[in-house]
Amino acid sequence: MTESFDVNAELTADQLVRLTALQMAERLAAGTTTSVELVQAHLDRIAEYDGDPRSDAASDRGVRAYLHVNTDEALAVAAEVDAIRAAGGAEAEALHPLAGVPVAVKDNIVTVGQPTTAASTMLDGWMSPYDAHVIERIRAAKLPILGKTNMDEFAMGGSTEHSAFGITRNPWDLDRVPGGSGGGSAAAVAAFLAPFALGSDTGGSIREPAAFTGTVGMKPTYGAVSRYGVIAMASSLDQVGPAARTVTDAAALQQVIGGHDRRDSTSLPDEQADFVAAAANRDLTGVKVGVIADQSTEGFDAGVKAAFDADVQALRGAGAEIVEVSCPHFDAALAAYYLIMPSEASSNLARYDGVRYGNRVVPEGGGTIEQVMAATREAGFGPEVKRRIILGTYALSAGYYDAYYGSAQKVRTLVQEDFAAAFEKVDVLLTPTAPTPAFELGAQTTDPMAMYLNDIATIPANLAGVPGLSVPGGTVDGLPYGLQLVAPAREDARLYSVGAAVEALLDERRGTPVWAQAPDLVKGAERAAAPTAGGQQ
Amino acid sequence: MSSNDVMDFGQAMEQFDPVLGFEVHVELNTRSKIFSSAPNAFGDEPNTNVTALDLGLPGTLPVVNKEVVEYAIRLGVALNAQVAESCRFARKNYFYPDTPKNFQTSQYDEPIVFDGHLDVELEDGEVFRIEIERAHLEDDAGKLTHQGGSGRIQGASASLVDYNRAGVPLIEIVTRPIVGAGDRAPELARAYVTAIRDIVKAIDISDAKMEQGNVRCDANVSLMPKGSDTFGTRTETKNVNSTRAVQHAVQHEIQRQAALLAAGGTVTQETRHWHEDTRTTTSGRPKSDADDYRYFPEPDLVPVVVDREWVERVRAELPELPAVRRKRLKAEWGFSDEEFRDVVNAGVDGEIAATVEAGATPAAARKWWMGEIARLANAREVEVSALGVEPAHVVQVEELIAAKTINDKIAKQVLGHVADGEGTPKQIVEARSLAVVSDDGALTEAVDAAIADNPDVVEKIKGGKMQAIGALIGPVMKATRGQADAGRVREIVMERLGVG
Repeated sequence: MTESFDVNAELTADQLVRLTALQMAERLAAGTTTSVELVQAHLDRIAEYDGDPRSDAASDRGVRAYLHVNTDEALAVAAEVDAIRAAGGAEAEALHPLAGVPVAVKDNIVTVGQPTTAASTMLDGWMSPYDAHVIERIRAAKLPILGKTNMDEFAMGGSTEHSAFGITRNPWDLDRVPGGSGGGSAAAVAAFLAPFALGSDTGGSIREPAAFTGTVGMKPTYGAVSRYGVIAMASSLDQVGPAARTVTDAAALQQVIGGHDRRDSTSLPDEQADFVAAAANRDLTGVKVGVIADQSTEGFDAGVKAAFDADVQALRGAGAEIVEVSCPHFDAALAAYYLIMPSEASSNLARYDGVRYGNRVVPEGGGTIEQVMAATREAGFGPEVKRRIILGTYALSAGYYDAYYGSAQKVRTLVQEDFAAAFEKVDVLLTPTAPTPAFELGAQTTDPMAMYLNDIATIPANLAGVPGLSVPGGTVDGLPYGLQLVAPAREDARLYSVGAAVEALLDERRGTPVWAQAPDLVKGAERAAAPTAGGQQ
Repeated sequence: MSSNDVMDFGQAMEQFDPVLGFEVHVELNTRSKIFSSAPNAFGDEPNTNVTALDLGLPGTLPVVNKEVVEYAIRLGVALNAQVAESCRFARKNYFYPDTPKNFQTSQYDEPIVFDGHLDVELEDGEVFRIEIERAHLEDDAGKLTHQGGSGRIQGASASLVDYNRAGVPLIEIVTRPIVGAGDRAPELARAYVTAIRDIVKAIDISDAKMEQGNVRCDANVSLMPKGSDTFGTRTETKNVNSTRAVQHAVQHEIQRQAALLAAGGTVTQETRHWHEDTRTTTSGRPKSDADDYRYFPEPDLVPVVVDREWVERVRAELPELPAVRRKRLKAEWGFSDEEFRDVVNAGVDGEIAATVEAGATPAAARKWWMGEIARLANAREVEVSALGVEPAHVVQVEELIAAKTINDKIAKQVLGHVADGEGTPKQIVEARSLAVVSDDGALTEAVDAAIADNPDVVEKIKGGKMQAIGALIGPVMKATRGQADAGRVREIVMERLGVG
């Protein structure tokens, strides 16, 4: 790919959007493409293929990744970057290597000048007066922001079907979910509606959508990226990270957004490693890769299991040392997660009461403040959000705290100990990212437990605060599946290094990157006339 | 019977032993708020001292203000308490519109300060040791103003909320149950809150103005029958806003509970509100141990770690505490136990110290602050400190007396004019021509007039009745409107009559 990339080649807009972010950056630096061209190419493609999550899904066969498209500002930033480059001199020299390469942002990250809704009616129309830390970094590096992407409401869900506004489709099969909660960001990247995007991952919300869309998703070490300005679901688990088509692009985006921020007390003080340099690795010789011998694979798709085993053999063939490790407490991780996450969420979401900002619902004939708060929360939150608030409120209640929240914290410690023991033997752990490929729209909306089980492989990394990276494995019955690599805390660079080598190995075996195999999308003109399969919402 | 009937206090004390407990909230006077960079200031335009965090906006995160931690350490050291090596914040979850996140960030099972004590002296010198269970940090709520109705939330048509106070740092000092105070309980309540107020002021962690709510006291009271050691059901009287009110509230609650229990009733565990005007409490909302705030560790903050060097540095730099200072001053001033206690009880030890510092003798300082100045304050119904008389004024008055420019009687008038804001004593003496008449010519004229007017008195004096001189001095003083030096008048009378 990068090896055969000709920075001077004449490219159509359609070819331009299929470049990696770093290739786009190379062309900008070489002057063979302008940032305005790049941004316009993406905006045109969004107009052609994306549609709108808020429109009726039955008649809209678009990807529906973006809740808000930031046309004017994105073009203005692009023009500014182009002007600086054209002028040359010190300012051009000082430009960030990614300056002018556009990016998409999950809608739970606050942005000045664009709405931030967290895909909730509660915040529909709300404009943040301040930028998240990661947005400040994006702006400082002058990456034009294409828009805000759809997600499960307040990041609660694994399919993006819990968005208050409407579904997002999986570009691989428009009748399937793109995963969640960051389905919008993953779908945008997979559909070439953005070269890369920001997501947030509390139990798998970056990695599972990456697996479902044949893209790359990284949950950094807890504290590696500031949470300042990221709408909290579960504070001790939330982490912002990149979604991209290649490991190197993900590394480059984390390089932009990561590092210490004193406004987040849980932000690590560490100097960032050179992630892009780490991602140049192609060598798996002697890398100790752990596979978990004793985690239950009940509910895992047979095709995914078989593909995973084949990939393990491929790694062994490339010189990696495959080691079986024991993580006996991972089977309890899901239960612990579904106590800790809702507990924190129930408290974090208490602020949405209609008093200070967001939507306010006044009962007919007025009412007391308690009645206004209740009516606001009744109308403003969707069923999944309410389910988790009630679960968390219950788990934290006097008399239940020790049995639920307290026990869950103990399991959390045991999961951390399992990782610590495993990482004494291996450099990284390897698991399937999700038990199945993308499922059909509507298949799990009435079965919360089935939905929760999608996160079974990704949750342990959140509980332990360690980094996890999902890279495309290949396809099963024409749908992508993901491989998850997990490293010890603060070893994000190791994940980019091993991840890039695994990606290169599997791309070579396949003869093509997974993302390049995605089927064609439905154009706007045809979408209107398309049959109404799928998308019942 | 009504739950508001009261029993005579003496009678109540014959039947019951009171158990007290206090939660004193102290607003810290740090420059910025506990978790945000917004200014910590009182009295500004509503909703101006706020950041995104103070409004609970989505995505905001708290950061612990290091100055707040330093202040807590200072208090811990002053209360002879342990300062935790590591402690955590916790969320106290409840919905209320003055609480922008709908949870308070407080401390639960890991307070920053614990296991301390404070020796509290009553007016007659009896000392009680109060055990301090803990002191923990938390953020204050915003301020609600209820529109329409009586100004209370009941019956209000709307409420306005000002978040300037939201996030102001508070430290809550919690005592262990105080038993054994007996009929001194109300006095002890007042003395304890006064001691806390004086300490937080002395170590400069709070402005300590109770009337502005810098120090807010919740008083827990319960009774147990004489001879029992099983605590009764307690009530918590909220936000008692002066030290005097604390005393009254505790006494009232003892009398109310005694009446209730003596009549065979039971005390309801509840919050009660103190009413200064009627000196009674009324029932607030029922409070039980089942109140569920769903506390859990604040996941947005890492534990606060206080290394021992920090504690020792604070200990070394701690300002002199009020009790230590009083002991020192008493020795330095040479006052008797009674004199000193009177001075402390009158609350003028600080003024006397400042006056001595400015150059007056301790005895002179005491004379003025306990005498004329106290009388003026009392007559004008203000605190001595609010009267407008400064230590420097007292020193000037003393200088004027020493120079015989004025006498004690004039000095009292001068202090009254100082309190009226007319200027310094020297300016007032000048402006009002109050200087003692020391011009012998003018005095001699007045003496001669008095001699001429009182031949019979003159006869008596000449006949050896020297005490009759007073009868001539009186008219002279009258003629000079009291501005003459009486001693000098006497000398002149004797000269003119050729006696002595």
